[in-house]
Amino acid sequence: MSAATVMDRPLEVEKIRKDFPILSRSMRGRPLVFLDSAASAQKPRAVLDAITDLYSNHYANIHRGLYELSETATQLHEQARVKVQALLHAAQSREIVFTRNATEAINLVAQSYGRTHIGPADEILITCMEHHANIVPWQMICEEKGARLRVAPISDAGELLTDELEGLIGPRTRLVAVAHVSNVLGTVNPVRRIIELAHAREVPVLVDGAQAVPRLAVDVRELGCDFYVFSGHKLYGPTGIGALYGRADLLETMPPYQGGGEMISSVAFEKTTYNEIPYKFEAGTPDIAGAIGLAAAIDYVEAIGLDRIAAHEESLLSYGTELLAGIPGVRLIGTAREKTGVLSFVVDGVHPHDVGTILDGEGIAIRAGHHCAQPLMDRLGLPATARASLGLYNDQSDLDRLAEGIHKVIEIFR
Amino acid sequence: MPDLRELYQTTILDHNKKPRNFRKPEGANREANGWNPLCGDKVTVYLTVDDDGVVKEVGFQGSGCAISTASASIMTQVVKGKTLNEVLEVFDRFHELVAGSPAAEPDQGALGKLTVFGGVREYPMRVKCATLPWHTLRSAVRGEGEITKTE
Repeated sequence: MSAATVMDRPLEVEKIRKDFPILSRSMRGRPLVFLDSAASAQKPRAVLDAITDLYSNHYANIHRGLYELSETATQLHEQARVKVQALLHAAQSREIVFTRNATEAINLVAQSYGRTHIGPADEILITCMEHHANIVPWQMICEEKGARLRVAPISDAGELLTDELEGLIGPRTRLVAVAHVSNVLGTVNPVRRIIELAHAREVPVLVDGAQAVPRLAVDVRELGCDFYVFSGHKLYGPTGIGALYGRADLLETMPPYQGGGEMISSVAFEKTTYNEIPYKFEAGTPDIAGAIGLAAAIDYVEAIGLDRIAAHEESLLSYGTELLAGIPGVRLIGTAREKTGVLSFVVDGVHPHDVGTILDGEGIAIRAGHHCAQPLMDRLGLPATARASLGLYNDQSDLDRLAEGIHKVIEIFR
Repeated sequence: MPDLRELYQTTILDHNKKPRNFRKPEGANREANGWNPLCGDKVTVYLTVDDDGVVKEVGFQGSGCAISTASASIMTQVVKGKTLNEVLEVFDRFHELVAGSPAAEPDQGALGKLTVFGGVREYPMRVKCATLPWHTLRSAVRGEGEITKTE
């Protein structure tokens, strides 16, 4: 879709809001303003209906039963895999592994790829703005193997220092793991460039797309990444389902992550043969309804258009940035040139948790805290921030209410 | 819904802005660190306890939200001059006030100025903010060196 077409067709937010049952409820006596989609997004009726339809009409365990219900459920589940493949523009559906969420997908790569490719004195390179989910799994494997975690620095504005990152890719670097979009700062990292730099030294790259997939059109082949992970619940889908994209040639060399049913080809007490990818990595009965709910969420956002959603959030972000920057005593945290979806801020003399509680009293849901990024908070010299994050159902009136709420915070703490 | 003014009472806002005893007292002989990893609140509580087990001086340092800062500040005023056993009794009363069962009727007289925290129990997410300094105080009283966590 061309830029002109996107501009010509802004989102009809009023109509979209009606698709989300929860948005019609009131909160603390006022219409709910939900500005915490970066933590988890609300669900459209289409997702709820898909889950109810599965359990009401087509449910059985998958890949097992020799009867129609099981066949239908299996088909729906595998169609969901194809939807994820198409969403990420992966070459093949067998490159999509269902996981519980982005966190589990990173752990899968750390435990499976990491265990076999990382040894003593090797290095894993991450950035200063990672979520704990893209720090701790690597720390665990580093500790186990005697490897070293290196961290690429950021500027005060919250931009990755790409030259410094390049300098940190050395002969012992075995993997680069980087967020596509920062959950605290909203910074969109130059992942394509990072991948080029890493690949020039034959180092594979994992991209944490938890915040990017709901906001940007993602093409894993265009990016050239080796692994890409995301969570369904941030993409308006259910909790408990996420996905790992891995290049087929890499996934094929990787040992299983967990053992159990489904991931096997044959089992004897003497020896077990593993199933092919992606099933090798999907031990046990998966979240069947979760995958089908995720497929419905993908259908939903694709029908609206990811480009239009991105344009909508971009225009809301600049509106909100201007609005908040205009309030004396409010400081925006994260002012990268390439930014999306997230407005982190602090109010002079007021702890973010007090900001959160007072806004809650006004029926406004935001997140306050360290956002599972304590090392980033240390770098910023802050204990916490307040964070308003956008979804496709937000509009300018939500941000007006936010600004009104912040004025109330300032009034109470005057 | 609970009124925000019940939570952010004038006294609390005042102690947040001007925390009392925000220092390490001379001759402090007991201290403990408290940390709430969820919100990043950090507090260190210092006590000067004499040979008779009486708290002669008390102070705190750290950073936190209005509820935890005011709680620490008022706590230092309340426990000064009390014996360690009395301090532990106040701990129990305070805990009952902010985290006790809704049916419990707090003893207003015994609580004194601590009653301003009565609104906290309506905000389950904020109870830990109010209790962090008190848990840290109790660690200092008991001479437990390790970091007290509330999360």
